[in-house]
Amino acid sequence: MKIKQSFGEKLFDIFNITLLLLTCAVILVPLLHVLAGSLSETNALIHAKVTLWPVGLNFDNYILVFQNTTFWRSFFVTVFITLTGTTINMLLTIFTGYPLSKTFLRGRKPFLLFIIFTMIFTAPMIPSYLLVKELGLLNSVWALIVPGALAAFNLILCITFFRGLPEELFEAARVDGMNEYRVVAQIAFPLSMPIVVTLALFYAVSHWNNYYSALLYITDPDIRPLQLYLYNLLAQFETSDTLSQMNSMVTYDISPQGLQNATIIVATIPIVIIYPFIQRHFIKGAMIGSLKE
Amino acid sequence: MSAPNIVQTKPGDSSKTDFAGLLRFIVRNRALYIMLIPGMLYFLVFKYFPLAGSVIAFQDYNIFKGFLDSEWVGFKWFEQFFSYPNLLRLLKNTVIISFYQIIFTFPAPILLAILLNELRMQSFKRVVQTIVYLPHFLSWTIVFGFVYTLLSVQTGFVNHAIEALGGSSVNFLQKAEYFRTIIISSGIWKEMGWSAIVFLAAISGISPSLYEAAKMDGASRFKQFLHITLPGMTPAIMILLLLKIGHILDLGFEQIYLFLNPMTLSTGDILDTYAYRIGILGGKYSLTTAIGLFKSVVGLLMLVIANRASKATTGEGLY
Repeated sequence: MKIKQSFGEKLFDIFNITLLLLTCAVILVPLLHVLAGSLSETNALIHAKVTLWPVGLNFDNYILVFQNTTFWRSFFVTVFITLTGTTINMLLTIFTGYPLSKTFLRGRKPFLLFIIFTMIFTAPMIPSYLLVKELGLLNSVWALIVPGALAAFNLILCITFFRGLPEELFEAARVDGMNEYRVVAQIAFPLSMPIVVTLALFYAVSHWNNYYSALLYITDPDIRPLQLYLYNLLAQFETSDTLSQMNSMVTYDISPQGLQNATIIVATIPIVIIYPFIQRHFIKGAMIGSLKE
Repeated sequence: MSAPNIVQTKPGDSSKTDFAGLLRFIVRNRALYIMLIPGMLYFLVFKYFPLAGSVIAFQDYNIFKGFLDSEWVGFKWFEQFFSYPNLLRLLKNTVIISFYQIIFTFPAPILLAILLNELRMQSFKRVVQTIVYLPHFLSWTIVFGFVYTLLSVQTGFVNHAIEALGGSSVNFLQKAEYFRTIIISSGIWKEMGWSAIVFLAAISGISPSLYEAAKMDGASRFKQFLHITLPGMTPAIMILLLLKIGHILDLGFEQIYLFLNPMTLSTGDILDTYAYRIGILGGKYSLTTAIGLFKSVVGLLMLVIANRASKATTGEGLY
């Protein structure tokens, strides 16, 4: 059934589409501007000739980033935290979530309340800092992993998903003599791929992006994650260091601004690459989260 | 995706409430309880210990004595905090930025969700969604990098435009008067799309039969929006608004810390950034914890008041 639109409604549609196109432009302009700056010739960049498209084509800023040992150290710290952290996150989330999804479990309610309480009353900064200090984790990569080993919100998403799996399947496995740990690993886990992928991506992105923990717990430049390295580079504590370390301004077509642009892009690219996967799974996850509990 | 409504038979179907029955249940299902141990230990150590550690706000905390043996000083740190000469500036900055967040940042995703919902072309809608969700996944450091580049005096897009229009370039990030605007706009830029998801979910939860009936009665699209879509979104809007009011003093340390510099302290220094400076960098553990406690109490108070007001006016409430 097609109803003829009034003039006002047509006008609104045009206005709506224009406004949304404008919103998209506002989102994309900063990304394109930095990308263009990172690929432009230095002369064009510092004379303000670059807007959204590279002027000339120059990869020297990237070469400089990739030749910088400090960058690589920070990059590998972040990769390590993301891989190890996410693995620990997933193990804890799945094994804690599984028993709590059993409605027959005695004490399930108090356990759930115990968890939800921590979402309302969050751990304060200084006592958390002192705890990490007492545990001897200051200036260790584990300080970036252990204090965030389990996220209550993700755990609840996991419990909600497990609750939807039919208990008969687990029962059949138990009859076949499988113990409960193998039931989790070989039955529950493979059946829960949608939530496993969603949560793994949630955790991985938060590890990749995390700079707050490093700001609190890390002062040693050798184990500074990428985000903190990037911040220091932008706040210019380090740009000149990097440039002098290279002492090659003559052979390369580089500038502090170009170097900053290139580093921003390098830190952004992994996120942009996994974004299509994230988008497919995250939206589902966010929906589950908002509809349930 | 609700829980299956089957009768649970095993493992250990015991409806006895006596202690022996409970014990038998635990023994028979010990695997399930053993699985819970690491997770529960995590919450105990990393969430409950620090919460209990808040008592150092009432102590003269000494690193060597720990919080069991440190001397109790009552409200000394709160008094010291309230007599801090720049306290008024901190509170003013915190409240003003928070107020701007409620007025500008909060409605942006609601508006976006409404506009997206009114789109008829599903493919265009998906493209827009893909683009506006993206910034949520970028870290604040990267967003800071974008803003920094965009506003750069020498190479930045914004200053190009100003100069092209005949103005002279401005070092926006070093000017106190632009700080709040930059915080609010970059906040909207990053989270507007992602926050819209909740509201889109609320809209998609509205029964289509309501729209059918309205069409039968000849309601225009605007009327349908006003009398169906908007009321359908109200519960979600109110709940999120109440949560935001409960966090009135939490503005997002991660964002503000990055943008803050000595030139912008006068308009941008907030409770959290001050607490970080004197706590982590300055080592004043007790004083900083007292500030955190003050924030929590104010947040809780605001939440209770706002919840009551909301219940009286719209009938929606958190509890």
